Amino acid sequence: MFPDRPSNASGEPLLRIDALVKRFGGFRALDGVSFHVKAGEILGLVGPNGSGKTTCINVISGLYRPDGGAIDYRGRSIGGLKSHKLVHLGINRTFQVPKPFLTLTVRENVEVAATYGRSEGGALDIEALLASLELDAQASRPAAELNSVQQKMLDLARALATKPRLLCIDELAAGLNPAELDRVAEKLRALAREGTALLVVEHLMGFIDHVTDRVIVLNAGKEIFEGALSAAVRDSQVVEVFLGTEDGS
Amino acid sequence: MPRAVQHLAFVVAPVVAAMALLPLAYSNQLLLFNFVVFLALAQGVNVIYGFTGYLPFGYVGFFGAGAYGFSLAVIHLEWGPLPALGAGVLAALVLGVILTPLLRLSGAYFAIANLAAAQALFQIISNPNLTDITKGPYGISLSGVFSPNFSYGIAVGILAATLCLVVYLRNSKFGLSLQAIREDAISAGMAGVNVVRSRTIAWLMSAFVAGVIGGVFAWYVSVFYPDTVFSPEFSIFAIVFALFGGVATITGPILGVAILYGIYNAIGISTPQYFQLIYGVLIVGLVLFLPNGLVSIFKRLGYDVP
Repeated sequence: MFPDRPSNASGEPLLRIDALVKRFGGFRALDGVSFHVKAGEILGLVGPNGSGKTTCINVISGLYRPDGGAIDYRGRSIGGLKSHKLVHLGINRTFQVPKPFLTLTVRENVEVAATYGRSEGGALDIEALLASLELDAQASRPAAELNSVQQKMLDLARALATKPRLLCIDELAAGLNPAELDRVAEKLRALAREGTALLVVEHLMGFIDHVTDRVIVLNAGKEIFEGALSAAVRDSQVVEVFLGTEDGS
Repeated sequence: MPRAVQHLAFVVAPVVAAMALLPLAYSNQLLLFNFVVFLALAQGVNVIYGFTGYLPFGYVGFFGAGAYGFSLAVIHLEWGPLPALGAGVLAALVLGVILTPLLRLSGAYFAIANLAAAQALFQIISNPNLTDITKGPYGISLSGVFSPNFSYGIAVGILAATLCLVVYLRNSKFGLSLQAIREDAISAGMAGVNVVRSRTIAWLMSAFVAGVIGGVFAWYVSVFYPDTVFSPEFSIFAIVFALFGGVATITGPILGVAILYGIYNAIGISTPQYFQLIYGVLIVGLVLFLPNGLVSIFKRLGYDVP
């Protein structure tokens, strides 16, 4: 469907997750997940609903404290740090349901992130960033007036304004039309070529196949497969959690 | 001309000049003083509610803390009025720090907890067993420092400083980050905003405003009871005025005070029997037709309301 392309991944892992556990009461949303991402790599995180994909991103981005295991980022342990500190270290994310600052204009939304989100100086060209996500025509309008796809792009712009080294993408592709999907996929690959590590949670397998170098398949808070998507679809355990077994059990 | 300078020149300066000069033309200084108090309180509500999103139903707690901090410094420490204003501010800030955990609540829960906190402080101060310290329910008399003209002047100065603070919030990146917290605290965190620190600063800023104006209120009236300076009317009026005009702007709360407090006094004098009816109709109309305040009319027309 899509041409093969060389992976940009190189060197030591940027992020290494080891035996990560997150409990909600008695429910173990993450039950010992381990994986790693390298700079310039796009790692897909797939799995059925409730398998822990978004929880994983929530823990990495500081929304939840981990209950066990380790998160190492660039050689330091970051488990339990507050979101804004992680943002300053170069970690950012988009939200499955975008939460822009509705009464602020699109430009102001990005300004907040550009002002507070970067530990390293240097000017950020907000207009160019907005233009690259086709938000330039809306720059002076309140975010509340955007449609849902534009709000997703604004959420991505807010994350990119902080110049992340590790970007977690939570179901960005849902609801996009084919042309928009292509553009977003190209944008993500361009980010990876510049050295950003991406962790992409997605249900659209075509999109995952299109952008990722490697996938992790989660089920019930554990990783059950790691490798190329083409190999994952031939893995009997992966097939079983997505489709059930032949006898219907 | 930068936007902040425009706001100072065309909004802050005229309001401050008007409040400073009106006593020369109008003899009811107490009424003008009350206008100054509510102009400042409405802006204090604007800081914590309009910009940051926390509705302070117990805002009067800071006002009363400031009034008592001022009075007790005058009575027990025999401080002059200006240092005693510092004591009033300190009392309000200490209360603010004690109440910072309330900021973990949101919406109605925060509003109710804040209301309860202000009531608790009122009950403590008016406790007859503390009469030696707080004068209990018998109230405060500060005849030694009574000085209406001087304290009126200081109140106008405080109003000027408060308006400058709001001009800063309206035009600064910090003010923008507070509005981001108001809109969505999680997204604000992912934009790199230190949410806990920023909202605490905003909270203490609004405590500061109410504390210092509460101190100057105690100074101006000089004789008062605990239920005067802890009256829920202060919270409710300040909130209603700010909302009526439109929050997160500089002009909204000013308009709200000018119009609503003006009407309040006009009908309070002319036709007090219709007061609650007229006031009720105004507020119902506001909630139904202009939930974002008067200035939202101009915003809808595309003006950049200062």
